[in-house]
Amino acid sequence: MTAQPFVMPPPHPKERRIIFENISQPGYDPSIDTFIKHGGYESLKKALTMKPVEIIDAVKASNLRGRGGAGFPCGVKWSFIKHDDGKPHYIVVNGDESEPGTFKDRYILHYDPHQLIEGLVISAYATNTHLSYIYIRCEFPEAAGIVWNAIEEAKARGFVGKNILGSGFDCDIYVHQGAGAYICGEETSLLESLEGKRPYPRIKPPYFPAVLGLYMKPTIVNNVETICHVKHILRLGPEEYAKMGTPGDGGTRTMCVSGDVVKPGFYELPAGAVTLGELIFDICGGLKPGRKLKAVIPGGSSAKVLRAEEIFKVKVKGADGQMVDKEIKMLDVVMDAATLGSVGSMIGSAGVIVMDDTREMVWALNNLNQFYAHESCGQCTPCREGSLWMSKITTRMLDGGGQGADPKTLQNVADNIAGRTVCAFGEACAWPTQSFLAKFPEEFEAVAAEK
Amino acid sequence: MSATATEVPMLHVQVDGEWKQFPKGTRLIEACMKSGQFVPHYCYHPKLSSPGNCRMCLVEMGMPKMTPDRKPVLGEDGKPEIGWSPRPVISCATEISEGMGVRTSSPLVEECRKGVMEFLLINHPLDCPICDQAGECRLQEFSVEYGKGESRFVEEKVKKPKRQDIGPRIVLDDERCIMCSRCIRFMQEVAKDDVLGFVNRGSHTTLTVYPGKSLDSNYSLNTVDICPVGALTSKDFRFSMRVWFLRETKTIDVNCGTGANILIGSRENVIHRITPRENDFVNSCWIPDNHRLNFHYVNSAERLKDPAVRGEESPVKWPRAIQAAADQLRKNPGATALIASARLTNEELFLAKRLASALGSELFDVLPRPQKGDGFLISQDGNPNTSGAKLLGLATGRLAEIAAGVSTGKIKTLLVLGEEATDCGISAADLEKLDSLVVTGILPDQTTARATVLLPAASWAEKRGTMINIKGRIQRLNRAVSSPGQARDDWEILRDLIQAVGGSNGIYTIEEVFKQLAAETPALAGLSLGKIGDLGVDLKMTKSE
Amino acid sequence: MTATTAADPKAATTRQADQVTPEFEAAIDEIVTHYPVSKRSASLPLLHYWQNTFGSVDDSGIEWIAARLELQPINIYELVTFYPWFRREAAGKTIIRVCRTLACAMAGSYEVKEKFCSAVGLDPLAEHHGFGEAPPTSADGKFSVEFVECLASCGSAPVALINNTLHEKITPESIPGIVGQYQ
Repeated sequence: MTAQPFVMPPPHPKERRIIFENISQPGYDPSIDTFIKHGGYESLKKALTMKPVEIIDAVKASNLRGRGGAGFPCGVKWSFIKHDDGKPHYIVVNGDESEPGTFKDRYILHYDPHQLIEGLVISAYATNTHLSYIYIRCEFPEAAGIVWNAIEEAKARGFVGKNILGSGFDCDIYVHQGAGAYICGEETSLLESLEGKRPYPRIKPPYFPAVLGLYMKPTIVNNVETICHVKHILRLGPEEYAKMGTPGDGGTRTMCVSGDVVKPGFYELPAGAVTLGELIFDICGGLKPGRKLKAVIPGGSSAKVLRAEEIFKVKVKGADGQMVDKEIKMLDVVMDAATLGSVGSMIGSAGVIVMDDTREMVWALNNLNQFYAHESCGQCTPCREGSLWMSKITTRMLDGGGQGADPKTLQNVADNIAGRTVCAFGEACAWPTQSFLAKFPEEFEAVAAEK
Repeated sequence: MSATATEVPMLHVQVDGEWKQFPKGTRLIEACMKSGQFVPHYCYHPKLSSPGNCRMCLVEMGMPKMTPDRKPVLGEDGKPEIGWSPRPVISCATEISEGMGVRTSSPLVEECRKGVMEFLLINHPLDCPICDQAGECRLQEFSVEYGKGESRFVEEKVKKPKRQDIGPRIVLDDERCIMCSRCIRFMQEVAKDDVLGFVNRGSHTTLTVYPGKSLDSNYSLNTVDICPVGALTSKDFRFSMRVWFLRETKTIDVNCGTGANILIGSRENVIHRITPRENDFVNSCWIPDNHRLNFHYVNSAERLKDPAVRGEESPVKWPRAIQAAADQLRKNPGATALIASARLTNEELFLAKRLASALGSELFDVLPRPQKGDGFLISQDGNPNTSGAKLLGLATGRLAEIAAGVSTGKIKTLLVLGEEATDCGISAADLEKLDSLVVTGILPDQTTARATVLLPAASWAEKRGTMINIKGRIQRLNRAVSSPGQARDDWEILRDLIQAVGGSNGIYTIEEVFKQLAAETPALAGLSLGKIGDLGVDLKMTKSE
Repeated sequence: MTATTAADPKAATTRQADQVTPEFEAAIDEIVTHYPVSKRSASLPLLHYWQNTFGSVDDSGIEWIAARLELQPINIYELVTFYPWFRREAAGKTIIRVCRTLACAMAGSYEVKEKFCSAVGLDPLAEHHGFGEAPPTSADGKFSVEFVECLASCGSAPVALINNTLHEKITPESIPGIVGQYQ
């Protein structure tokens, strides 16, 4: 049961491979021997000599933000768990990678599973957790087998299971496979799925995972890449790690670039190290010959789309430390959480979808609308009814049945979803419609008027 | 108050600009409702968990602004200033906290409701004219109140199964379902019979029972009550009557000792349905199906309508029937017995006892009805007023003695009030031996067939009075419909009999009966029908009672 | 983890639960141990194991799993119809899942799906929603083809998951060759 051979291209000079350092090595395979040969499980050994709170402090100091999409500071999340509250704690690794445009965890799971396991055992030790699950989407069937196998290997060597490396700390890890639902990427939905129920997201409050998580016990849900970073924070030291990124966004980020670029793929870059323009033109080789850039979705399909010629007014820190207004072009937008937030979008899962001038925006939005209509769990009214409605409107528009009121209706339906649903899926399905309409109104008006 | 009762702290909440106090633990929607601000909702039900799925109860919520040293910022009026959250919150799942503010009718809130209403309606079928829910449909009501009043949905609606037979008493129309999940939660949380669920997903989500299974719980019809739309309808009531024609009467269920509170829905002297009435001391919001459906006999054409005296041409008039009954009852002093019923009201039992003493008879009893019970709302006592019969001394345990007396001929005169004597260990042949058999009843049976004087009485739905449930709670019955033909209230029949056998002064109202009853019964001291109210009163009854 | 195997032709007429072997039960018992806190958590793994063994999950399977986990059949039925990976009826020996979402669609996945359909003799326009139904399957029972949402391989679009194997950068020309590998 081996994955297909995968060869990573040599790194671009701007890249800094930490997560993908091992995978970049020629001949690197997912076995534990190879992992150990490359320094594997050394961070775990170091962690077991530390106090759990020291590890949490290190993660806080590293400024690591979650890599799943919401971007919550990881150390802060962990500190919600009270070490000695007498309750069982759980960690659930979110390997349900399903935000369109995102494809990084796939490679970690298939090619470097021990990196994840090492990060997970450290995380478990830090949060006094003895039972963890790695939730892997079923569309990665080989990865599930590879990770299972890696857990067995790690158990045999004393890195997982009872009395890990003689420390007295126990942690069991199991793989749990999904069954084809985007909603399971939402952390509370994922917990419901893991509990064997229909994966309906829970209402927050009161069901914050850190308080009432898996089996109503304090639970950490972290993305695959996020958990892997923990190992490197200990290896490099939190200061060194934080320094790679921007003040609020430490370490490296794996940017996944797809769509109309010459070299699509994923690139591990220090957070905030490149602009969108550098990413597209320097690193990904630019657009195909003769094409012009039209639009970019910068952080997974839910992130608001940016238009190529857009100019954003943002506030930045001036030389004297005062905030000053500045105008930036779309290509000059720095790829970090703060800048993308300030231009009205988000870094999200760092899945960058690039569209050139051959793409029709109604068509692109319809593709996403169909995705969200298919993936809405149907629990709450606005998303259940609204996502399919939006999809029906854009489909009808493309089929030549556009009506003059369509853009306005679309806009209003999206406005009636965002902010009014049980979970963030409401925003996820409304933002594409809201932003495509705002950025490309003329295309929607034109298609609506077409007969 | 017991000294150990912990005091629940009161919290200050600003509801639409006015500061109010509510106990800690109150849900925000309840705080709004208690303040007189109705918050529309579908999925929220006070007796079920809050999934927060319908999003109809979205409100604006704010918390007190705090100074850096965590003190509330006070406004010009000296009251805390509220920092309003930009996002609406669901009031059903939000618990109040100190200084919380809520706006139930701001432009944002109205916009949210309009949006949710529109979403709920776009795939809803347009069969309101033939829908049984019409008149009590929350979708219709809120649509008028909070909707847009126009449709801009030009797409094809989602198709789902209609008119499905999902249980012996229930029909499901999935196109009408708004996926609030109340019925699913009721079956899981209250009825403990997990047969309902959602299949498929997104806009195609469909309520169903597992193939081959049936929603056949004896509590299934409660799902019809709590369904806010016409998705779940009762086969018994389907197309029977438009609900706006129904007159609702508050009374109690008489099928067992629980005394569940109910509403009788009737029109022009015909009962069309029975639904549960909330009483947290007794039945919460629920009743068993077999109890709620056990009313058709009241409407029966077989009902006894006229008094009859054996050997005289029917029908006879009441004064003649009473006179004949009194004559017969007086004929065999010392050989007269009385079988009353623990299905009678306290007032009737009280007068029955008086009648017995006026006749000088000490031989009387009621028929006990022990049964299995279901551990929930069906009690182990099939009689609704055993407690009353015990309290008033009618339950003597001498039924076997009476039966033996009838059999041996020692008893020559028997008065039977609302019971089938053959259920009391007396054979039909033995009944024939009696000199006199005076019977009150509502439907023909073996006893009424052999009556020497037959006195047609009122059913439980046709009378007022009180009963005491198995837990010692006294509750009121009320008249929903009037009795057929000449049939009369039992208490009036008994009063007339007492007078006719040479007894007491006249009583003219049920209130007076209760007054005398209360005066003679220490456990009821100080009570009146008015004080018992719609929800009843717990009696401090001693163990022996 | 083994993926979808051949649909047992007998499965349509016989109850799958009648074919449960002691080895199968032992494997199930082992899976349940992964969830020491709540057996119900084993619902998805058991459904996977069942489908991998029998090719689909029929009603006897739903009932068997529910009984094994001390649940009601509706609890499992709710899952089988929610998750598109599960099906209550047999699918083809080879299931071709073509990614439909944006990056793949931009790279031609609609044409790719159409070509797969015509290569195995299926109507490219046949609609399929999941909800427990098997995807459109060729008359000889060899192939099923369906669109699925994002397979998380947008950098090598268009892609298709064929049984357990991801095929990347699929071109219309390469499709007969790919189908040939699974004939």
